[in-house]
Amino acid sequence: LPPAVPGWRVGGPRGTGTWNELSHVDCLRCSRLCFVFIFSSWDETHFGKMGSYYINRTFFFDVHPPLGKMLIGLAGYLSGYDGTFPFQKPGDRYEQHNYMGMRGFCAFLGSCLVPFAYLTVLELSKSLPAALLTACILIFDTGCITLSQYILLDPILMFFLMGAVLSMVKCNACADRPFSASWWFWLSLTGVNLAGAMGVKFVGLFVVLLVGLNTIYDLWDLLGNLSLSLVMFGKHLLARVLCLILLPLALYTAVFAVHFTVLNKSGPGDGFFSSAFQSQLIGNNLHNVSIPEHLAYGSVITMKNLRMAGGYLHSHWHLYPEGVGARQQQVTAYLHKDLNNLWIIKKPDSDADPSSPVEFVRHGDIIRLEHKETSRNLHSHQHEAPLTRKHFQVTGYGINGTGDSNDFWRIEVVGRKPGKLIKVLRSQVRLTHVATGCILGSSGKTLPKWGWEQVEVTCTPYLKDTPNSLWNFEDHINPKLPNISLDVLKPSFAEILLESHMVMIRGNSGLKPKDNEVTSKPWHWPINYQGLRFSGVNETDYRVYLLGNPVVWWLNLFTIGLYLLTAISTAVALKRGVQLSSELKELSRVVLRGGGQIALGWLLHYLPFFMMGRVLYFHHYFPAMLFSSMLTGITWDTLLKFFAGFLSPSTAARRVYGGGILALVLLIMYSFYLFHPLSYGMIGPMASDPSSPMAGLRWMDSWEF
Amino acid sequence: MLGFLKNPVVVTAEINVNLVALTVMGLISRLWGLSYPRAVVFDEVYYGQFVSLYMKRIFFVDDSGPPFGHMLLALGGYLGGFDGNFLWNRIGAEYSMNVPVWSLRLLPALAGALCIPLAYQILVELQFSHCAALGGALLILLENSLITQSRFMLLESILIFFILLAVLSYLKFYNLQRHSSFSASWWVWLLLTGVACSCAVGVKYMGLFTYMLLLAIAGLHFWHMLGNQNLSNVGGGWLFCSYPCLGDLSLKTCSVSLLCHFLARGLALIIIPVAMYLSFFYVHLTLLYRSGPHDQIMTSAFQASLEGGLARITQGQPLEVAYGSQITLRNVLGKPMQCWLHSHTNTYPIRYENGRGSSHQQQVTCYPFKDVNNWWIVKDPGMQQLVVSNPPRPVRHGHIVQLVHGITTRYLNTHDVAAPLSPHSQEVSCYIDYNVSMPAQNLWRVEIVNRETDTDVWKTILSEVRFVHVNTSAVLKLSGASLPEWGYRQLEVVGEKLSKGYHQSMVWNVEEHRYGKSQEQKEREVELHSPTQMDISKNLSFMAKFTELQWKILTLKNEDTEHKYSSSALDWITMDTNIAYWLHPTSGAQIHLLGNVLTWASANVAAVIYVCLSLWYLVRRRRKIYDIPEDAWQLWVSAGEICVGGWAVNYLPFFLMEKTLFLYHYLPALTFQILLIPIVLQHLSDYLCRSLLSKTMFRALIVAWFSSVYLVYCTFSPVTYGEPSLSVAELKDLRWKDSWNILIRKQ
Repeated sequence: LPPAVPGWRVGGPRGTGTWNELSHVDCLRCSRLCFVFIFSSWDETHFGKMGSYYINRTFFFDVHPPLGKMLIGLAGYLSGYDGTFPFQKPGDRYEQHNYMGMRGFCAFLGSCLVPFAYLTVLELSKSLPAALLTACILIFDTGCITLSQYILLDPILMFFLMGAVLSMVKCNACADRPFSASWWFWLSLTGVNLAGAMGVKFVGLFVVLLVGLNTIYDLWDLLGNLSLSLVMFGKHLLARVLCLILLPLALYTAVFAVHFTVLNKSGPGDGFFSSAFQSQLIGNNLHNVSIPEHLAYGSVITMKNLRMAGGYLHSHWHLYPEGVGARQQQVTAYLHKDLNNLWIIKKPDSDADPSSPVEFVRHGDIIRLEHKETSRNLHSHQHEAPLTRKHFQVTGYGINGTGDSNDFWRIEVVGRKPGKLIKVLRSQVRLTHVATGCILGSSGKTLPKWGWEQVEVTCTPYLKDTPNSLWNFEDHINPKLPNISLDVLKPSFAEILLESHMVMIRGNSGLKPKDNEVTSKPWHWPINYQGLRFSGVNETDYRVYLLGNPVVWWLNLFTIGLYLLTAISTAVALKRGVQLSSELKELSRVVLRGGGQIALGWLLHYLPFFMMGRVLYFHHYFPAMLFSSMLTGITWDTLLKFFAGFLSPSTAARRVYGGGILALVLLIMYSFYLFHPLSYGMIGPMASDPSSPMAGLRWMDSWEF
Repeated sequence: MLGFLKNPVVVTAEINVNLVALTVMGLISRLWGLSYPRAVVFDEVYYGQFVSLYMKRIFFVDDSGPPFGHMLLALGGYLGGFDGNFLWNRIGAEYSMNVPVWSLRLLPALAGALCIPLAYQILVELQFSHCAALGGALLILLENSLITQSRFMLLESILIFFILLAVLSYLKFYNLQRHSSFSASWWVWLLLTGVACSCAVGVKYMGLFTYMLLLAIAGLHFWHMLGNQNLSNVGGGWLFCSYPCLGDLSLKTCSVSLLCHFLARGLALIIIPVAMYLSFFYVHLTLLYRSGPHDQIMTSAFQASLEGGLARITQGQPLEVAYGSQITLRNVLGKPMQCWLHSHTNTYPIRYENGRGSSHQQQVTCYPFKDVNNWWIVKDPGMQQLVVSNPPRPVRHGHIVQLVHGITTRYLNTHDVAAPLSPHSQEVSCYIDYNVSMPAQNLWRVEIVNRETDTDVWKTILSEVRFVHVNTSAVLKLSGASLPEWGYRQLEVVGEKLSKGYHQSMVWNVEEHRYGKSQEQKEREVELHSPTQMDISKNLSFMAKFTELQWKILTLKNEDTEHKYSSSALDWITMDTNIAYWLHPTSGAQIHLLGNVLTWASANVAAVIYVCLSLWYLVRRRRKIYDIPEDAWQLWVSAGEICVGGWAVNYLPFFLMEKTLFLYHYLPALTFQILLIPIVLQHLSDYLCRSLLSKTMFRALIVAWFSSVYLVYCTFSPVTYGEPSLSVAELKDLRWKDSWNILIRKQ
């Protein structure tokens, strides 16, 4: 068996030379911001706007948890940005606005990825060249550079993600001295980073999984160690529960607490949330109002559908057009507050005598809903609904409140006993049509022009409790009843937390690709099939294009296959009981344990995207790409060592090994030289033109530069 | 040589009476009164139409799964002499006399009946006692939902049969592995595993889950074998051991190498299933050679390979498109419907409803019907003539052409004007010169997407072509939106400026084609109205057809339909839902898919006990405390791999699926879960009931529990078999859960 190449170990692993080199690179990455990027680009409009919202304390809704945007807002605040730039569309000029703080913050976090990956690989492989190779890949990848130059969530997410991986690896390295100060430090730092990753995007869940699996493996190992008493094992378990579960949960909750405290003004996100939630926001019409608590006959009310962005039950002086069910008055769901949203609750048989005492509506009562403006009754019958053909049509029917028996609805509260009163805002109400037995609901589909592009309301014969078929009463006007302050109904923090999560999750799964839309598929990503336009389309524009450095990405892709082969052959060789020298044993440990952890990370950050129904983008692959780059460093280093080991004089072996690493590094640097205009911006003709600086570099037809 | 003559020929037969009795009982329970009700029951309405199409040899595409299951159902119809003449339009419709109901339902019922002895054998092969095996088989026998599902023209029972067969064969193979690898029976069971797996996948894609499970288990077992240092790496007595009949040679030389083991498994578990799967499609495509209702979702090339339909029209067309060719262009996407590039004399309105302006030139649309206005003429920009020269000059990839609309002789044009419904794209029109300084921009570059070389000729039907506008590099695209009244609700065609990669909506193919002969417009109109007539035929290879059909099956998505009896996966464990299959037109007799409540509950309890006990044992073993003997532990683990594993792989994936789900999707998982009950019970009685007294108590308990299972079965058998008819009060009594939907007639 080949002798090992001597001297690849890092004597003092944290050599100062390396740090200097890396910090130099960081300077390079930050300094490029001084290139005149005066345009806002791509998603910057999105996240930059949210940063402004924090500064203005305006409530908004986003599908991601708040930490990333909060940090952007904070960076903007500290650097003197006043939150007034409108961020309307990509390409708007920043003019005098101070945006450098926010960009600089993101770029700084993006630069941290390099030292983090460097240290992680160094710890896993104990080999300086492997770590340098990884760092080199990340420094010279055009994709990573582009992504961390702008006000985006991804650099922040990747910062926490790599931080979690680094501290996990460091903590594993401290396993021989558990409960020491450094062990506690790295363990709790892992927890902090996990909370950070989860707090930026839900994708952070994958790194939580990775750390979780690693911890389970760890604990299983400890359990099998019979020299460890059960009490000691219990301590280990408790320490991990404390640092990796309770600490992140507390931090994560704290992030939300800050979020809701800071954002206390009504804003564009109100409509996504329930009535009770809206009452918290300064400027919302539900804030600090007082209305009667229990529903009574003769009250004027509005009803809000409980599905996300459900809208109010609405009707107006327009009929359904010819050919769409019966030609009666339209009933729709409408998202804005309007007089046509008002309905009057009446008894089925007669108009209530105005002088009689107030009678409350009870669970199970049969009622009639009269539209206040048009005096027509809410009505349904066995005609098919305009868009959802299997449901029944809902119309406004009758003149001055006189209709027929199809106007009767049974009112029921979810989870209540018959005879109980119905609470405004709090009760979730179901309206069952008495004659046909169907339930009033909103399908969420937008009506065509004849319906003023409002949302369809139907009566569904499928008797299931979904938010689509549940309603609550929001406004409630009844002069005979005493008003109570809505502060009584103030939701608790736990309720707010739960609701905002439900809204985020629904929002995320609601991001469906439209028909015929060309979307990015997960299999495109590792082959660098297609990038994303960050700014600029035409020849005269200043164009930035998010695309990985193809040499780096294809090397990564090839290495994944290579790693698989190496790992399988190593595992089979070990299983077959092949005798290995101590150096080779060390190599096989690096491949299986270290490489395995990283490969698992790659899988966890890549495979789940195949199962997602939502719209996917190229930049979703970048977390996985970080793992893939680390794997490349480890695999090539190990393989070069292994093959160099066959050469007999150790100097030759060293030369081959060093030469191999150097060749890879030079290759990556040269390819970066070729492709750097992608991230630092290009002006001039497109690549198809021979006079363009990128001429001849459009290696795939699907690249658009 | 003739040694066998020295001894008398003796035939000894071993008959396992348990097995025979179980089979007979299974057959009785599944076949009894099979042709009742003589009406369409539930999904028979869906599968029945395919059986009819098979009988008539008409091509169809079913996106619900591969064709093997449909073919088996059709086999029943074939054996019963069904002629396919029945209108499958309504659940509950009475069958006419020509429908052989009994033989159509026979195969699923037989498969359902045979699941019972299979379950028995599986438990025996897992090394559990015959008593436990008998118990497990009886539980399957008395499971109402499995009975209901087997008695109609549905696919689940066939699927479950193949799944169980695959598991049984693998277990037999694995048990033979220890002492007689590479013997004849070893090969038989190994091959049967692969065959059964591919049959299961061929019936429904759900079979894939069990196939993956068996592959994983086989991989695990092989991994353990790798650790066996007695086996050589490569070489060895492969040949000897393939023929164990050579006598006592076999035992000694059976140190077959690992490579041989690996290759044998690869052959049986991967290559054979793939080949079988392909063969299902081969038979399917061979049987169905006539064109039919689903033609239009296939490409023109595929349609042309079917008898009738497009083939009749395109038969004998010239293959190569030349300058002067008259063609119709079909969009390859076929969504929202198939359509052809079309134009007519009407123009775009000067102003749209939202106030945006248009070029007011002639409309270009995509029209879903055959029409004389779908004809276009390929013209060379450098020449005036619209006829094919002799010899024809073929159009190649990269050539620049003009497309002339046949009836109006206007040129296909696009320019920097927003399209009517997709304002981000360019309007496509047929150019009218209004003298308003808007010049004609009618040059298009032909790009053949599926070319092999860069000089390929544009071929009728086969070539998929993109038209790239020379001036603006926009691509001719079907936007999918349908135009308002002024555009007669035809589909919008636009020039897409930002052509993001490849998408089928930008790709077109020539469907009808002939060489234009008439120079004069009047003659040409007559020519365009006449049907095409010439002589070449195009045949697709089997692999091309297979790839296309498979792709369509996987990507075709029916509109997400809400169904009255659809349920969520979470409802299945507790059986909070049921499906009404059939209701007698007059009496209260009805059939429901409703399981044996007690069995479902016990199966859940068994699964929980199994998982908890396993975790307990695992943790204790990690601390070197061994509660049960090593071989019992091994049995416990391997039983769990099959039963809990089978349950998990057949159940959990449904949480990730977005299609409409029904209770019957749970039945394969349930079968595995039921098999776990006897395993857990035997383990409990063997290792946890220490004293004799507790053992006796335990047995008494089991007997009591078993008789209640039987009672529940009897209680629900009226809604399982649809007989006898129950009164309203009895039906109300059957509604054990509020969420069940038992149909009660209003008086």
